Amino acid sequence: MEHHAQFRTRWLVALLLAPQVLLVFTFFYWPAGAALFWAFTLEQPWGGGNAFVGFDNFTSLFADSFYWASVGRTIVFALASSCLAMGMALVLALFCDRQLRGYAYYRTALIWPYAVAAPAAAVAFRYVFAPEAGVFAGLNAMYPGLWNPAMSGTDAMIMIIIAYSWKFISYNFIFFLAGLQAIPRSLIEAAAMDGSGVLRRMRDIQLPLLTPTVFFLLVINITDSFVDSFGIIDITTEGGPAKATNLMVYKIYFDGFKGLDYSGAAAQSIVLMVLVMALTFVQFRYVERKIHYK
Amino acid sequence: MADISIRQVYKSYGRTEVVHGVDLDIHDGEFLVILGPSGCGKSTLLRMIAGLEAISAGDILIAAKRVNDLEPRQRGCAMVFQNYALYPHMSVAENIGYALKVAGIAKAERLRRIATVAATVGLGDFLDRLPAHLSGGQRQRVAMARAMIREPQVFLFDEPLSNLDAQLRVQMRIEIRRLHRRLATTSVFVTHDQIEAMTLADRLVVMNGGTIEQVGTPSEVYHRPASRFVGSFIGSPAMNFLAATIARPGIATIRAGHAIAFAETDFTAPPGTQVEIGIRPEDLIVTSPGTPDAIEMQVEFQEELGAGRLVHGRFAEQDFIVQLPAGHKPVASLSLFVLAPAQAVHVFDAQTGRSCRAAACSTGPA
Repeated sequence: MEHHAQFRTRWLVALLLAPQVLLVFTFFYWPAGAALFWAFTLEQPWGGGNAFVGFDNFTSLFADSFYWASVGRTIVFALASSCLAMGMALVLALFCDRQLRGYAYYRTALIWPYAVAAPAAAVAFRYVFAPEAGVFAGLNAMYPGLWNPAMSGTDAMIMIIIAYSWKFISYNFIFFLAGLQAIPRSLIEAAAMDGSGVLRRMRDIQLPLLTPTVFFLLVINITDSFVDSFGIIDITTEGGPAKATNLMVYKIYFDGFKGLDYSGAAAQSIVLMVLVMALTFVQFRYVERKIHYK
Repeated sequence: MADISIRQVYKSYGRTEVVHGVDLDIHDGEFLVILGPSGCGKSTLLRMIAGLEAISAGDILIAAKRVNDLEPRQRGCAMVFQNYALYPHMSVAENIGYALKVAGIAKAERLRRIATVAATVGLGDFLDRLPAHLSGGQRQRVAMARAMIREPQVFLFDEPLSNLDAQLRVQMRIEIRRLHRRLATTSVFVTHDQIEAMTLADRLVVMNGGTIEQVGTPSEVYHRPASRFVGSFIGSPAMNFLAATIARPGIATIRAGHAIAFAETDFTAPPGTQVEIGIRPEDLIVTSPGTPDAIEMQVEFQEELGAGRLVHGRFAEQDFIVQLPAGHKPVASLSLFVLAPAQAVHVFDAQTGRSCRAAACSTGPA
C-alpha cells in the first residue's frame, strides 16, 4: 500500500467521507450505544427515568431457562439452515459447473431468490407449508396429524429452516459457482487423465480446493442466521408454537416491544452482538489467512 | 506400448471447423512431435487423442482399438500439461501417486512405486512438499513423474516446456529424450518451438490452419520442405523467398532479371509457371562483385550471433537475409554479392504453396 492518492486539503476528505460516516453513525453506532447503555440500566416501560444496575440485567438473563432454551434453538436453527443452504447450493453449483444442458438458464434462475425480501418469501412459504392446503393437505389426509406447524414445534422449526435456507441457497450458490470456476480446468482434466471419475474428482479435487469458500460461507451463513431470520419468523410462526421457534433475535424483539422489558432486550442484544463480532473475528483472523492455496 | 491411428479426424466448435480431416499414423514406441503456430489445431488434436475433446468426425485408434467413445481414463494415455496442472492441495508424493490411489492400489505398493519414480526424476527429497514450494523445473518433474507412474501406453505432452526459462528448457528437453530412450513409450509432443521439435522428434508433423503440411524426420522436413509454409516456419533465421518464373528445366528467372539455377532432377515445373524460390540464409555463399547471376543485395544492418553473423538487407524489393559463417569479417560495403548453390534452392508453386519437388521425393501427407 505504498501508492495512494494524497488529498491536499483535509476538509475535502472530511466532506467526501461525511455522508457515509453519518449513515454508519446514525444507524449502527448510535443504536448500538443506546443498547449498551440500556443493558446496564433499568428502563421504565413507559419512559421517564432509569437507574444504573450494573450487570444485573445479564445475571438475570443468564439465570433464565427460557433464554437458554432460545439459545439452544438458535444453534439448532443456525447449524441446520447453514448445512441445508450450503449443501443444496453446493450440489446445484457442481451441476452448473459441469455445464449440463441448459445450465445458463438455471444459473440465472437460481440467483433470483436472493432478490426476494424475507417477509415476502415467508408469506409464500406460509401457503406452501399450510397444513390445510397444497402438498401437505394431501399428506395429512393420508396420515392425519402428520404436518401442522401451528401445533408442532418441530414442524414449525422445519418450516422456518426451509423457508430461510431457500433464500440463502442463492447467495451460497453464487459463491460456490465462482469458487468452482476459479479452479483451473486443467486440474480437472489432469484428474480425468489420472483415471478419476466425475464424483471422485468432486471429492478429491474440487471440494478440497473449495475449502476457503466453504469456511467463508459457513461463517457468513451462521452469522446471518442469527440476525436475518427475524422476517421469516415474524410472518410464519411469531416464535410459536409454545416458543418453539423463539430464536434469540426474535426473543429480543418480543421481550422488548411486546413485553416492554427494554433493559432485558438490550442485554440480549449485547450478547448477540458479541456473538456476531466473535464470528466475524474468527472469519478475519483464521479463515481469511489460512486455507489458501497458491 | 501402442501405435495410434488417426483417420480423417475433424473437430468443429459450433460452425467453426478447426481441424480439417487429419490422417496420421503414429508408430509404436516413436517420439512424434506436432509443430505449428498457435491456433493451428495441434493442441486440439492432442486433446482428442487424450479424450479431453470430443471427436467431431473420423476415428482415433489406440493399439488398434477405436477410442472415440472411451473416457480419458480408459484410453491408457498419460498427459503432461503446459501449466503442469499439479493438485495444489496435495504433496508431491500425493500428486504422483494419485492415479494409483484412484486405481485402488494398496498403500505400501503405492509408496514403493512413488519412491521409485520420484528417484528417477530426481525428486526423492521433495516428496512431502506442496507444489507451491517447488521451482518451475521441479514442478515440471512432478508432472512428468505423475505421468510415468501409471506406465501408460502413450505419453501426451502439451507444450510442457513453454513455461520454463531457456536454460531449464534445454535441460528438461534432454531429460525427456533420455526418458524416452529408456522407456520407449509411444509419445506425442505438441510444441510451437521449432528447436524443441527438431531435437526431440523421431518424426515431425508440421500443422497449419487445421491441416497437416508435412510429416517426416526432422532432417527431411528441414531439407525438403513440402510447402512454402514449412520452409518458412522451420529454420532460423527464416528462409528467403523470391518470386520467379520457370524459364526452362533447372532455371528460374527472378523478376529483376536474374536467373537462378535449381536441381532439375528434384523439381519439375513446366516453363512459365509462377513459382517462389526459397533459399535458406545459411546456404548462401558470398562471392566477388561481378560474378554472373550473383544476387546483389542492398545491406541494411547486421546482427552478431557469435557463432555467425546475419546480414539483413533488400533484394528485388523483398527482405533478404544472409548468414555468414563465424570468423567472417563484417560487411563494409553497401551491397553484398551472394550465390545460391543449385542444390540449396527450393521451388514452390506460387499458387498452391506446395513444393514443386518431383512426386517420387515428396514427403507430404499421403
